[in-house]
Amino acid sequence: MSPVPAGSLLAAQDLRKAYGPTTALDGADFSIHPGEVVAVMGPSGSGKSTLLHCLAGIVTPDSGSILYNGRELTAMSDSERSALRRSDFGFVFQFGQLVPELTCVENVALPLRLNGTRRKEAERAALTWLERLEVDDVRKKRPGEVSGGQGQRVAVARALVTGPRVLFADEPTGALDSLNGERVMELLTDAARSTNAAVVLVTHEARVAAYSDREIVVRDGRSRDMERVV
Amino acid sequence: MSARDWARDLAMGTRFAFAGGREGWIRAVLTAVGVGLGVALLLITAAVPNALDERHRREQARQNFTYGQQVPEKADDTLAIADLDTEFRGRDVRGRLMEPEGPKAPLPPGVDEFPAAGTMVVSPALKELLESGEGTLLRERLPYEITGTIGEQGLIGSHELAYYAGAEGLSDRVDGSRVWRIDTFGSPDPRPGSTDPVLLLLVLVVIVVLLTPVAVFIAAAVRFGGEQRDRRLAALRLVGSDGASTRRIAAGEALAGSLLGLVLGTGFFLIGREAVASVELFGISVFPSYMNPSPLLALTVAVAVPAAAVAVTLLALRGVVIEPLGVVRAARPARRRLWWRLLLPLAGVAMLYPMIGQGREGGEFNEYLVTGGVLLLLIGVTALLPWIVEAVVARLGSGGVAWQLAVRRLQLSSGTAARMVNGVAVAVAGAIALQMLFSGVEGDYTQSTGYDVTRAQMQVRVPQGVGLAEATSTFENSKGVRTVYPLSEGYLGDASWNKGPERTAELTVGDCATLREVARMSSCRDGDVFRVSGGEYDTDTPALSKPGRKLYLEPSAMPGTKAPDLVWTVPAELKQAESVEDPTGTRRGGFLMTPGALTDDVTKALRHELYIAVDPSVPDAREYVHNTAADLDPLAEPMNWQATERSERFDSIRTGLFVGATAVLVLIGASLLVSQLEQLRERRKLLSTLVAFGTRRRTLSLSVLWQTAVPIGLGLLLASLVGMTLGAVLLRMTNTAVRIDWASVATMSGIGAGVVLVVTLLSLPPLLRMMRPDGLRTE
Amino acid sequence: MSIGHTLLGLLESGPRHGYDLKRAFDEKFGHDRPLHYGQVYSTMSRLLKNGLVEVDGIEAGDGPERKRYAITAAGITDVERWLATPEKPEPYLQSTLYTKVVLALLTSRDAADILDTQRSEHLRSMRILTDRKRKGDLADQLICDHALFHLEADLRWLELTAARLDKLREAVTR
Repeated sequence: MSPVPAGSLLAAQDLRKAYGPTTALDGADFSIHPGEVVAVMGPSGSGKSTLLHCLAGIVTPDSGSILYNGRELTAMSDSERSALRRSDFGFVFQFGQLVPELTCVENVALPLRLNGTRRKEAERAALTWLERLEVDDVRKKRPGEVSGGQGQRVAVARALVTGPRVLFADEPTGALDSLNGERVMELLTDAARSTNAAVVLVTHEARVAAYSDREIVVRDGRSRDMERVV
Repeated sequence: MSARDWARDLAMGTRFAFAGGREGWIRAVLTAVGVGLGVALLLITAAVPNALDERHRREQARQNFTYGQQVPEKADDTLAIADLDTEFRGRDVRGRLMEPEGPKAPLPPGVDEFPAAGTMVVSPALKELLESGEGTLLRERLPYEITGTIGEQGLIGSHELAYYAGAEGLSDRVDGSRVWRIDTFGSPDPRPGSTDPVLLLLVLVVIVVLLTPVAVFIAAAVRFGGEQRDRRLAALRLVGSDGASTRRIAAGEALAGSLLGLVLGTGFFLIGREAVASVELFGISVFPSYMNPSPLLALTVAVAVPAAAVAVTLLALRGVVIEPLGVVRAARPARRRLWWRLLLPLAGVAMLYPMIGQGREGGEFNEYLVTGGVLLLLIGVTALLPWIVEAVVARLGSGGVAWQLAVRRLQLSSGTAARMVNGVAVAVAGAIALQMLFSGVEGDYTQSTGYDVTRAQMQVRVPQGVGLAEATSTFENSKGVRTVYPLSEGYLGDASWNKGPERTAELTVGDCATLREVARMSSCRDGDVFRVSGGEYDTDTPALSKPGRKLYLEPSAMPGTKAPDLVWTVPAELKQAESVEDPTGTRRGGFLMTPGALTDDVTKALRHELYIAVDPSVPDAREYVHNTAADLDPLAEPMNWQATERSERFDSIRTGLFVGATAVLVLIGASLLVSQLEQLRERRKLLSTLVAFGTRRRTLSLSVLWQTAVPIGLGLLLASLVGMTLGAVLLRMTNTAVRIDWASVATMSGIGAGVVLVVTLLSLPPLLRMMRPDGLRTE
Repeated sequence: MSIGHTLLGLLESGPRHGYDLKRAFDEKFGHDRPLHYGQVYSTMSRLLKNGLVEVDGIEAGDGPERKRYAITAAGITDVERWLATPEKPEPYLQSTLYTKVVLALLTSRDAADILDTQRSEHLRSMRILTDRKRKGDLADQLICDHALFHLEADLRWLELTAARLDKLREAVTR
């Protein structure tokens, strides 16, 4: 266990989590500064997704501490964590994340509306983000009618529309070809840097991880911060 | 393609039907239960005509009156028999008093030997009633020792209350009106029975109403294919089975469910057949042995049901392309058109319309038109609902996030949503119509007496050999009696009754107080004679009421025997009286007299009637009056002027109907739950994602609720509308005043809504479980 | 690839004759290119001169050379440093990396550590290339992509090796 680096926005120490007999996390540490892009790498089944879920307050670890902005995540109630996710966090997943019945612009507006923003206003903000991610032409279409790359950009727009301080991306390009994947990564990291958001990027692809500032490796539920080793 | 291909593919599908894991099993079993209910209902339908025929045959076989005017002479093969029918708390009790007049006297069906005097044989239902605490009052009325039971042959229903009691001295009282002499039981001229058309209508409607939702359910169950089946079919295509063969395999899956359903249905029918014995509808019950469908009809059911299941599947797969890499549902279906959907219910009404106003006397209803019309109206619900849901959700505006999620989903798949609630809507529509019909007809069956029951509610004829005064005081002292109005009645003719008079007039004798119940008069003293004006059907009084005219009193002896003439002369002084409605609700005509105006022999020849007002505050007051009468003379049977148990009897029917409709709804609810869970599982990843970015669980649960509540709301609205229309048409057909039974509309809609609510509630725990982040795991 | 470090590493498990060293090297690493004996001789001389090995003893026998070498403390430190230093990401790196991993396994060091360190080094290069690519024109992009793909292939190999470390340990220490 290492001490929490000064000035970190989100930091976790000695996280442990088991699903039944399977140990997913076995003493993992993590920290990220505002505006930083950190890749979480490791073989599949190593616990990187679980680490992301714990950091985002989706899953409560069995033990360990997660400090976000000075607040202890593990001590918060479910609804407090939900509220935090709505206001401070954004999410991009590999697939299956857009609501198929809603149009793209409605999908992007959804997090704002969950926060209580009025429909008109939310959709206006959503449209700005769609433009920024170069997919405003599909705003009226449903997710089933757009390409994978477009859909993923819509998802990125949705993750960023609330102006999150931390963006969690779990294999965001997993379902895309390299060209589309790179474009999504470029847009994602550019957008995150411009808003000074931290990005926790879970990936097993080196070319995706190359968009990060540094990486940590998760193996057998334990993490290694490569920067501090070297 | 050969029959072998078919057989092979169907068999393979059959195997798949039960190989789909727990969900596959549940779906197969639900389909089987649905088909089973359908089969059972069809078999019962096929058995009902037989049952009614059998009932009629038995009823005719035990008739104990002669149609000829002539009463046969007493002989060693004759039997004196008297009707002792009574009523107990609104239920009819068939009673007969018998005295064999010789060793060869005929035995009634179902009775092995004549009960000795003072003993009786009873139907099982009566025995049970008498032995229960409920029957104590009736027991007092039937002071005979029970020595045996009447066999099924002698009864027309499992619930019939009947007894045969032995008596002495009955043969002396044979009069051809209440006491008969017969040498054989059974109608000398048996005729095929004509079922009460309204009853037939009820049976038909009940069956269609219960059957249609089951059919709709089966159709939906077959179509709720689910991802799993799609994947299976696609996999079959991938390994080289062609499109037609894949369809046959899918049909085989449906066939498996319906074959199992056939077995279940036979079981249900056998259970239902026994259960039928415990049901009494409008005083009609049947024995299980009556319920035998004709073999041909049974065979038709056995073949038609599985065939229909296969046909529905093939029909449902019409819009589906099964490709090796997945199942493609025909892209975006064309916008639903209204006209042919409206045509269905309109055609239904059109088929029923010609029969409007026929009523009970208007002859028989055309069974096919009734069935077809009701069916079309109900099916119309399933045709209209998808259109309405589509049209309404397309116009639904913005709201909260939960509302938006639900509405958008409905807009994208309104057909699925409508299909899910179709069964519920049809069941509710049918049940509402049936409730209206039942309550209307039930009211009709018991309320048309027209008696003014505020003054007197019962009438008893004073038995022979009992004095009027004695009888009056006996009843006045009886428990439950408030007032007794004794009136003596007879008829006066203008010539001897041995020859046959040409003109007649009514004669009513009573004290002044009692006479004032039947006519308005300025003054009255004992000895007065009044001529009444304003009576119904009274044409001869003016001609007969001439002072000095000799009038002949109708003798009370039985027809065909000679009796000495009793003559009364119209007195010089005739007072005027104006008829008013008497306690029985009719206006009497003829003459009113006080006792002092008559000679004793004339008084003796009159029939003495007691009009009795019971004390409504005494429970079972009527039963006490019955008992007092029976105590006075078993043959003196009081008439009830109103069935007080009407609502109680209706309640039991209503309960039965609710149970039936609820059972159908629960079945539909179960299938709703299965498909709901299936849909949720397909969206598992999406739900987890929504939770990840902070969607409140409440929002998602609410959206699931909206998603079912909106179509079910529309469905129930349409169901109430169609149900009330159908109910109104049916009531018009039976010539009954149309009265909307809002209570049952509300109750049935409530049950329908309740089923959906329960389904949603039951799907919430799995929903909450699915919203856990496990769904986010990428494997 | 450094033969000197490899031989040093082989000595860590115990003193050996020069010929034994050649046989061990050939068996573990020299699948397609057996080591020339002269190479062993010259390398050992250099190591001896640098004080990384010492002569443990000389045996009389048939062969030309019967010296037995043993690793010194300075030698062990040298191997340690070599293993911990990631290689400069460049094409056809596998044989060196492979040697390092096997040696780590043979000397009971953390082989995964070596792989992680190497990956970090590779990623550092890839970040630089990615950055250049983002700022450059199409030609730059294509050139960078070529390098990136090669590095990615190395990284994939690293991942795969990491996943198979247990099996490899079993194989080389048998």
